[in-house]
Amino acid sequence: MAECEAKSEVTGSVWKIVTEVGQQVEAGDTIMIIESMKMEIPVVAEESGTIKAFLVKEETPVTEGQVVAVLES
Amino acid sequence: MARSYHKVVVANRGAVAARVLRALSEMGIRSVAVYSDADRHAPWLEWSSEAHHIGSAPARDSYLNQDTLIALLKQTGADGVHPGYGFLAENAAFARRVTDTGAVFIGPAARWIEDMGHKTRARALAKEYGLPVGVGTDVLPSEPAGILAAARKVGFPLIVKPAGGGGGIGMLVARSETELLAAFDKAASLAQRSFSNSDVYLERLVDRPRHVELQIVADNFGTCRHLFERDCSVQRRHQKVIEEAPGPGIMREVIGGLADDIAGKLGSAGYNNIGTVEMLMDADGSFSFLEMNTRLQVEHGITEEVTGVDIVKTQVRLAADEKLAEVLPQDTKIDGHAIEARVYAEDPRRFFPSPGKLEVFRPPVAAGVRVETGYCEGLDVTPHYDPLLAKVIVQRGTREKAIDDLIEALGAFEVRGVKSNIPALVTILGSDQFRAGAVHTGLIGELIK
Repeated sequence: MAECEAKSEVTGSVWKIVTEVGQQVEAGDTIMIIESMKMEIPVVAEESGTIKAFLVKEETPVTEGQVVAVLES
Repeated sequence: MARSYHKVVVANRGAVAARVLRALSEMGIRSVAVYSDADRHAPWLEWSSEAHHIGSAPARDSYLNQDTLIALLKQTGADGVHPGYGFLAENAAFARRVTDTGAVFIGPAARWIEDMGHKTRARALAKEYGLPVGVGTDVLPSEPAGILAAARKVGFPLIVKPAGGGGGIGMLVARSETELLAAFDKAASLAQRSFSNSDVYLERLVDRPRHVELQIVADNFGTCRHLFERDCSVQRRHQKVIEEAPGPGIMREVIGGLADDIAGKLGSAGYNNIGTVEMLMDADGSFSFLEMNTRLQVEHGITEEVTGVDIVKTQVRLAADEKLAEVLPQDTKIDGHAIEARVYAEDPRRFFPSPGKLEVFRPPVAAGVRVETGYCEGLDVTPHYDPLLAKVIVQRGTREKAIDDLIEALGAFEVRGVKSNIPALVTILGSDQFRAGAVHTGLIGELIK
């Protein structure tokens, strides 16, 4: 089992977490949506896998490059 | 009898607050500006007769806080509210609360804001008024058989869209029935989580469409005209980046006839104040209704530059019961060509937001170059609001000259401290496709990789 990190590509705050821990996602699926400057920027799964943990909650401020979720593939 | 204003609240921030405050000042109308913690030192506050602090930086605590704004309206004795664009500009409940105090809401009647706010309802209304509407469905049922039956009427490829939201969230393309059922589940779940409304519907996918919109101007007495079209095809993430008027390569008799027809129909239906009818233009030159924005548009400036009509002042006067014939010249014509580039605080390749401090911010100063901004050097660009730093507008006798001079103006625009999309704007404007007028909504994706 390899772990893979999902990172926010922008500075902003977590708007909506649209997946759940334990959920199977495919590469390209939206895990959560970050809001910055009135834009909603999705955090997408780079590979298929299962969501192991979220490291943020909705409304948490995040910075560019911050790890927001861990996936197991 | 037209009313006159004592004082108008500008319930917005940034470039549009600056624009509206300037218009009010030129009209000799006293103004009330509002600001959040983040905008304490904003340059546009100086344009107002009085400025009031309305809360902390997050918009819901300030620019979206209706209670505070209504209280301020009463407290300052103002009798008009200009909502700008964004924030509360298309909030029917806010418009009603303003008019309930006896003040003028500078925008269309609340019922229009409400009707045009829901996508499938707006499409149904447009159809009822006889506007050209693209092939699409009503809100989809949840069982697969019903979804597939609806899809067969539209035809593939198609696009699944949330009915209650915007911004491109939950919009998914499907090219087959299998893809559609998967896309339906994803789009409905995303729509539910994002907008608390899982309604989705289908539209036929138009390949390489252009985005063409009409500026509508109407009085409170059933007279409605248009101020021609704008082409806003150059977009990233479903948001406009470069706009121009008139639309390149569109035959005047085609767009003119359509625009007259649509304005006539909206006038008969009682549309009032200003608005914008957004349409998709297919590769075969046919138009279909997309949505109607019941407010001032970000890109109104290019229409002002080619028609000589001040749209903000027009809007303020029409809201005070002046007649269209008194406000607009008898005959409006297109003079030359105007292009607007939106300078955003975002990286020029992937267009991700880039908040930060404006260490250097020097917009170009040149004859015939119009810059609309709400920022100045030294200010912070926060993640709380949209990334627009400035709009740079150039109007010239020909499209070619406008492109050249806009590229030159953008080249002279110095921004440091945040990333800006200026390099991308210059690449797009200078591309063979843009110069040839071969614009479409996927152009940025083709030019910038």
